[in-house]
Amino acid sequence: MQTHREIFRSIKDIPREEFLAGGTGLCGGCGGLLGLRLFSKALGPNTVFVNAAGCMTLLAVFPFSPFRGSWLYTAMACAPAGAQGVRDALDVLIEKGRLPPSDDVSVVVVTGDGAAHGIGLQSTLAAVHRGLDFFYFCYDNEAFGNTGFQMSPSSPLGSRTATTPPGSTAPAGTTTRKQDLFELWRAQSPPFVATVSPAYPLDLMDKVARAKRRAGPKLFLSFATCPPGWGVEPADAVTVAKLAVETGVWPLKEAVDGAVTHTVVPHRFRPVEDYLVVQTRYRHLFEPVRQEELLRQLQEVVDRYWASAHNNNG
Amino acid sequence: MTRDLLTGNAAAAWAARLAAVDYIPAYPITPATEIVETLADWVRRGEIQSRLVTMDSEHSMLAAAGAAAATGARVFTASSSQGLLYAIEMLYAVAGWRVPLVLVNVARAVAAPITLEPDHNDILAARDSGFLQIHTASCQEVLDSILIGYRLAEHPDVLLPVLVNLDGFYLSFSREPVDIPDANEVREFLPTYEPVHARFSASHAMAQGVAVLGASAYAFFKYQMQRAAEMAETVHETIATEFCRRFGRCYGSVEGYRLDDADLVIVMSNSFSTIGKAEVRRLRERGHRVGLLRLRIVRPFPHKELVWLLGGRRAVAVIDQNLSVGKGGILFAEIASAFQGRPAPPMLSFVGGLGGRRFRPGEFDQIAAAMARAAHEGGSSVPRLLYSAVEYRQVSEMLRIAHHDVPASVV
Repeated sequence: MQTHREIFRSIKDIPREEFLAGGTGLCGGCGGLLGLRLFSKALGPNTVFVNAAGCMTLLAVFPFSPFRGSWLYTAMACAPAGAQGVRDALDVLIEKGRLPPSDDVSVVVVTGDGAAHGIGLQSTLAAVHRGLDFFYFCYDNEAFGNTGFQMSPSSPLGSRTATTPPGSTAPAGTTTRKQDLFELWRAQSPPFVATVSPAYPLDLMDKVARAKRRAGPKLFLSFATCPPGWGVEPADAVTVAKLAVETGVWPLKEAVDGAVTHTVVPHRFRPVEDYLVVQTRYRHLFEPVRQEELLRQLQEVVDRYWASAHNNNG
Repeated sequence: MTRDLLTGNAAAAWAARLAAVDYIPAYPITPATEIVETLADWVRRGEIQSRLVTMDSEHSMLAAAGAAAATGARVFTASSSQGLLYAIEMLYAVAGWRVPLVLVNVARAVAAPITLEPDHNDILAARDSGFLQIHTASCQEVLDSILIGYRLAEHPDVLLPVLVNLDGFYLSFSREPVDIPDANEVREFLPTYEPVHARFSASHAMAQGVAVLGASAYAFFKYQMQRAAEMAETVHETIATEFCRRFGRCYGSVEGYRLDDADLVIVMSNSFSTIGKAEVRRLRERGHRVGLLRLRIVRPFPHKELVWLLGGRRAVAVIDQNLSVGKGGILFAEIASAFQGRPAPPMLSFVGGLGGRRFRPGEFDQIAAAMARAAHEGGSSVPRLLYSAVEYRQVSEMLRIAHHDVPASVV
């Protein structure tokens, strides 16, 4: 099942033009970078990316920038506040006639899940509360990536991170559930909230096209395979991202004015285990002994989510 | 020009109004609130064409302020104490972006213990951030320094943000007669901000605050900031001279009071120096040849002027309203270091006025006497804390009323 696509219906609709140049210093197979590249293709060149500390901070390294648009690194906690300053200044300068309206640009926050769920949550929810007209692109690799993959509030139950290694007192590794950023946003009724995946480029880009027509805060929560952190080959990054959707672990959805629609729903869900088993961050679930109870729980979390989604006609 | 009775806070708001600022990100904190409240009222009445946005913290406030300045707007905001400390990470970032704005700090001591009254540990905690610092002593000077501050921050040879400091309660809520210059005259002195380097737009893409790999690039940018701050000293002199010519009020990096024939010099900063001036008058009447030097610009630090004005005196006493725990007065250390490699007068360090503590009768007599002794015996960098038997008695009394044990002595 798929929702009707409006603009990006086939691969041919994807512009060949690149707004994010290749040859960056990011890891091979980075799902976050692939997501951001598709995102910027749909958004166009007239952008300001306002960045919070994370892997993507290494995109612009003096004296190079891979972006056709502008870039502002703020700090870890306050990229949405930086976006507020840029947006407000553009508005004021246009109002006062000191900047031609044709010079206006879209303001985009780029942040990882660590800042988004943790240190940056206050400034994020505050910007949503103020109704700031901006895009918020969060690449979710489920940990603090470029510092060596430590636990973030987005790390899923049962995953290994550098600060939640499985041990005799905590055989699950991470013992907490992933915080739900989609719902944290949706609770404040922004006009557009979406999850996306680099393995589904048309879905991702079509959502950007839909969001572009709306003023206000717009979330893009982008699944981000992290080959070094997850223990997958760079070449398998897209396959693993696809598995996350096919097993139902990463639901692709959007909420326009609060109403949730699932935009890609597999006809038959694969078992969650198919997704877990290909990543070394879940190896402790399978050896030296299978953690049956935990594997059952992980499947149950996904099943329960989709049961409730179907009941709500989502 | 009109003349009105204004609080220090209202004078700050008036300066922002006269500077025709475009953008005011705000977060409330006592005793700075009246500044943005006043501006909010003017914005809502349509009396000024500025956008005021209420933010979620001082950290966010400075991020928005700096980002708006990087987009090309003239930006104003204000904070105090804990709020300034909370924003410090962003002070470093905004200064590193090399964008001009004016931030007013209404000085208030920092926790713990929490208090509302002033000293200067908040503003001096920001001293290494790259913001230039002007410390004011009157409500008039608050207004004037903000106007001068914009010219300084926006000067192409400087491009560093400016912090203007005024003392909480002593200036923030004291009404003084203030000359409010005519808006058109201010416009001539401070025209609309035209960004030359930092602006985000479709036709002018740029990258700001980017990462550097390797120390050589990092050092390159920090060196440029240091050079710009050094340049700011001469640039300020030029701007202040023009301000003096236009508005008749003249400011320097330092202010001397009865310095010409003074053997003994007391160094102070901020509004408490007005108390110091009154004490100098009193001590002069008793035959002491005392003068006062007020440090007005703390960054860039006016090394040369201080050495010129303090060198050859018989003794100098620096009164710090701050405490670097384990060291002593911050300004004392800075002033003493200005004499590196040159003959220095005997110097004494006093720490006083913490948490709004007023100077007590007789304390300046003791300071003058200590200076007279130091003139013969030499100075000392060991700080003398202006914490007296009076404080001990008062705290003991509080403890007694609360049925707590009264300590036998001060540790």
